[in-house]
Amino acid sequence: MKVTLRNPDREVDVPGGRAIREVLDELGVSADTVLVIRDGELVTRHDHVAESDQLEVRPVISGGGP
Amino acid sequence: MKCRRCPGTAVIELRRHNAAFCKRCFSEVFVEQVRKAIRRFAMIGAGDRVLVAVSGGKDSLALWDVLLDLGYDVDGLYLGLGIGEYSDRSREVTASFAESRGAQLTVVDLAEEYGYDIPTAGRKGARSTCAVCGLSKRYVFNKAAVDGGYDVIATGHNLDDEAATLLGNTLRWKTEYIARQSPSLAAETGMVKKVKPLHRLSELETAAFAFLRGIDYVVDECPLVAGNTQLRHKEAMNAIEASSPGTKAEFFLGYLDRGKALFAREDDVELTPCGECGQPTTARYCAFCRARAQVLGERLGEGPPVVVEDRDVVASMSGEVMPIEIYGRAPA
Ligand code: SF4
Ligand SMILES: [Zn+2]
Ligand SMILES: [Zn+2]
Repeated sequence: MKVTLRNPDREVDVPGGRAIREVLDELGVSADTVLVIRDGELVTRHDHVAESDQLEVRPVISGGGP
Repeated sequence: MKCRRCPGTAVIELRRHNAAFCKRCFSEVFVEQVRKAIRRFAMIGAGDRVLVAVSGGKDSLALWDVLLDLGYDVDGLYLGLGIGEYSDRSREVTASFAESRGAQLTVVDLAEEYGYDIPTAGRKGARSTCAVCGLSKRYVFNKAAVDGGYDVIATGHNLDDEAATLLGNTLRWKTEYIARQSPSLAAETGMVKKVKPLHRLSELETAAFAFLRGIDYVVDECPLVAGNTQLRHKEAMNAIEASSPGTKAEFFLGYLDRGKALFAREDDVELTPCGECGQPTTARYCAFCRARAQVLGERLGEGPPVVVEDRDVVASMSGEVMPIEIYGRAPA
C-alpha cells in the first residue's frame, strides 16, 4: 500500500489489510498529530485499509504561529 | 466508528473529548466552539469591523471561513514575508480563498513597504528569524488595522499554539507574559484590540475543519522554522498529550479559568508614540523600528546609535503577542 507523507513530501510502501492505527504505529506517527486521507476523505485510526488503498498522512503541527 | 451525535460514520476522533464525529456534526461542534470563545471573551461587538491576519495556513483560513459564515464584517490581511516559493504559494492560496468567498483581501509586501524581507532580517538582525518575523507581523497587522479603521484584529492562534506559549513562559517563569496571555487583548492608545477565536480548538481540529470545508491551504512548513522554540514546546506538549489526552486543554483553558488571576498585577506601562513611526511604545523608538534599523544598517533619529536588546529575550517568544515587542520593555 502506498502512503504519501508530507514535509518533506515522500512516498513509502507499507503492508495494508489492517487498521490505520497499526500503519501509523509502524510509521512512528501519533494519530493526534495527523490527518489521514483516503480518496479525498478523512478516516480515523480505527478504519481499515486495503492493500490497494492510497493514503496521505498529513501533519497538522505548525511552528512559528500563524 | 460512529458519530457521537448522529448515526453517521465518524471521520475524526477527538481523544481529549473521548468522542468521534461525522463530517457534519464535527463542523457544527467546531463552529460552536468558535462562537463560545467569541461570546465568553466579548471578542467582537455589534457592528465591529474585523481584520483577520491570514497566512495561507489552515488556522487563519479556517478562522476567516467561520467568521464569514457567522456573518461578521471581516476582511483579510496578507503579509508577504519574502520567503521564496513558500511565500508565493501562501499568497496564491490566500488570494484564491478570498476570491472564492467574495471577501476583501489586502496584501502588504514587507520588502516593498519596509525595505527588508524575513530571510535577510534573519541573517543580518540580532534576533532569531522567527522573532523578527513575529515582530514584523504584529507591527504590520496593527498598523494596517489602524490605517484601515478596523475595530478588531483576529488571528488564527489555536489551542496548541497557546498551550505551547504558556508552557514556554512557565518554564522560564516569565510572569509578565503569563499575566498578559489572553485570547482577547483590549485596545489601547494606538493599539487595535486583538482576539484569538480559535483558542479552544486544537491544531488537529483546525486542520480537519479546513480540510472538510474544502479549503486549499499551505501544508508545507515554512523553510525557516528549524530551531523554532515554540515548535519544540509543542512537541513536548504532544508527548504528554499522547499518554494523557486532554492535558493540553486542561493546561491552557485551566489557566484561563483558574490560573490567570493569580498572575494579575497592576499594569503600569505608559505608552508614547515611537519617535520614528508613531506607533505606541514605552521606549523612544518601538521594537519594530529598532529591529528594522538594525537590519537595514540605519540610524534612528539624531540620537545615539540604536541598542538592540538581548537576542534570547525575544527569540524564545517568537510566536506570541509579545508585550515587549509591542510596548517596548516589559514593566519591571
Ligand atoms: S516559521 Fe518563523 S520565519 Fe517562518 S513564518 Fe513562522 S515565524 Fe516566520
Ligand atoms: Zn454526526
Ligand atoms: Zn516605530
